[in-house]
Amino acid sequence: MRKVAIYGKGGIGKSTTTQNTVAGLVEMGRKVMIVGCDPKADSTRLMLGGLAQKSVLDTLREEGEDVELDDIRKEGYAGVLCVESGGPEPGVGCAGRGIITSINMLESLGAYDESEKLDYAFYDVLGDVVCGGFAMPIRDGKAQEIYIVVSGEMMAMYAANNISKGIRKFAQTGDVRLGGLICNSRMVDNEKEMIEKFAEKLGTQMIHFVPRHNDVQRAEINRQTVIAWNPEVEQADEYRALAAAIDGNKNFVIPKPMEIEELEGLLMEFGLLDAA
Amino acid sequence: MLLRHTPKEVKERNALTVNPAKTCQPIGAMYAALGIHACLPHSHGSQGCCAYHRSTLTRHYKEPISAATSSFTEGASVFGGQANLLQAINNIFNVYEPEVIAVHTTCLSETIGDDLPQIRKKAINEGKIPEGKYVLGASTPSYAGSHVTGFSTMVKSMVEFSEKTGEKNGRVNIIPGWVEPCDMEEIKRMAELTGVKTIMFPDTSGVLNGPMTGEYKMFPDGGTTVAELKSTGDSIGTLALGEWCSAAAARELDKKCKVPCRVLDIPIGLAATDRFVDALRTIAGVSVADELAFERGQLVDMITDMHQYFFKKKVAVAGDPDQVIAMVEFLISIDMCPVYIVTGTPGKKFEKRIRELTDDLDYEVKIKVKGDLFLLHQWIKNEPVDLLICNSYGKYIAKDEDIPLLRWGFPILDRQGHQYFPTVGYKGGLRLLEKILNLLLDRKDRDAEESNFELVL
Repeated sequence: MRKVAIYGKGGIGKSTTTQNTVAGLVEMGRKVMIVGCDPKADSTRLMLGGLAQKSVLDTLREEGEDVELDDIRKEGYAGVLCVESGGPEPGVGCAGRGIITSINMLESLGAYDESEKLDYAFYDVLGDVVCGGFAMPIRDGKAQEIYIVVSGEMMAMYAANNISKGIRKFAQTGDVRLGGLICNSRMVDNEKEMIEKFAEKLGTQMIHFVPRHNDVQRAEINRQTVIAWNPEVEQADEYRALAAAIDGNKNFVIPKPMEIEELEGLLMEFGLLDAA
Repeated sequence: MLLRHTPKEVKERNALTVNPAKTCQPIGAMYAALGIHACLPHSHGSQGCCAYHRSTLTRHYKEPISAATSSFTEGASVFGGQANLLQAINNIFNVYEPEVIAVHTTCLSETIGDDLPQIRKKAINEGKIPEGKYVLGASTPSYAGSHVTGFSTMVKSMVEFSEKTGEKNGRVNIIPGWVEPCDMEEIKRMAELTGVKTIMFPDTSGVLNGPMTGEYKMFPDGGTTVAELKSTGDSIGTLALGEWCSAAAARELDKKCKVPCRVLDIPIGLAATDRFVDALRTIAGVSVADELAFERGQLVDMITDMHQYFFKKKVAVAGDPDQVIAMVEFLISIDMCPVYIVTGTPGKKFEKRIRELTDDLDYEVKIKVKGDLFLLHQWIKNEPVDLLICNSYGKYIAKDEDIPLLRWGFPILDRQGHQYFPTVGYKGGLRLLEKILNLLLDRKDRDAEESNFELVL
């Protein structure tokens, strides 16, 4: 089983990209589990046709420590297994600890056992690696490959660079590696070239450039992935391509995060190209 | 009436625990770690945790308990405890020279997400762990489980030492569970009498019940050595005593080195000891040693001679799951009536097991898992018992309700002897009966009218 974690700046489209990619993997015949590591518990919305999942931590709070796997895991679109870690409401408690607790619980309940016959487990992790809890999915023995969702906007690249620092720390003592950047386009000038360059600087690759298209939005309104909503549209092929790229990926590295000045220089270089 | 505010009426409580029947995970981890020879336990958290855990163990064992701490400050809480732990490992090996540092986490380091395996690898990569020395790690947040969980987790982490060379060592691993140092000695003696060569881990005998020699040894002679721990992977089998305390380690060893394991109850009382002796005998392929058969006969003799005093006496028991299961079975076997049973450690299988033991009885048995002494006290107020079996915290209930108290379990803070006189095995069964009888007969004498005050009982 390949354990994959998806990181990236808040709002960049991690959950959307993850679920659409998983839909592509499912088409290829892969058995997948998605573990949402976001207190908002919206990482599996498109798989379940709405926020229909009771989160691990809600279950823990209401039913105590004797939780069964079936209480917290639900089968969604095309047999994809969906788990939402959940967490406290904004402004209280400790969401990071919530992730540690729920991943530990999934392990002890046997969600990753060979008998589950999973090809992939995807961790969809909230925002930046802001504390130890959010690094739980990349601890040794957890996810081995990370993809960072990024766009050509400066803050998104800044966050991706920061996440790379977190990966480097854990990669020095563990097996976790960066598998590539997924560019979720925001229609920034020279975006593709810039992210390719950025990926090269980090020592990795841009595994796929997902163009911006309103069909993603249309599918989301229908609480579906693009492939489920309308398998014929062009955007569906983009996610199929991304899924195939991840499935065949062999390029796993310890990232080399950039210095801030260098990163700003990169932005200048590609931004100025446009002005010329 | 120290507990005069405890109401008789029992109300449903979900969130509140009053007078808990359990304590912190790290206390168990620390006790287990002391069962490795020349091991310094290390608490990865703030100083207060370490101080409390050490003092609780010291109060119970009346021995100095050495343990180090990562001494978290505000800064460590924000930036993570890695720097503190790396520095600590460096200092400890330089200053105190233990063979092993057994690190356990605390609520704080767990909550901020310190990753012990990662920090340890960093220490190894940076050469902070000298050649031939070891650092163990166990994750022990106190907001999950209890001291029993912490003990079990640390024992399980010891399996990491095990190596499989492919050549059997002819020994049997015994994981004794959370019992007293003298109990571990007694278990080893019984194995020896049966002719079974053993590796016991952890083994606190000689560590926490050592003699006063006038000379201070930071690391006493006792404890399982690293060489023995490595050799556990080559053993012919493992006997794990207690599902809660020992099974996790035994199963891990089975998984890692294919050492087959059997999980038994802690050998407290007649039947549980019989099963343990039978397991030893089967492994050795011999019949039961005469000495053990003799001791068993003595225990049976005491049970039969004194049966009239045990018969139908109602008992309330509070303690840790493994111990309570064995104790309840023992009490039933001598026709005492364990009517109230409480453990503070979570786990539904405890209730299931107790129900199996008590289902056929003709009286009601109240059981509470994740229970507390407050509830036990309420039950007693509603329907009194003849004897309370509990750790020292039971003394408040015993005093208020004027019930004899058998101090048993962990911690015992106000009496002596538990480190030196075992309660496991046939000999231990005799000692338990002696203690129970003395309490019951003292009460009988105290309460007797002058006309019924008997010389011979």
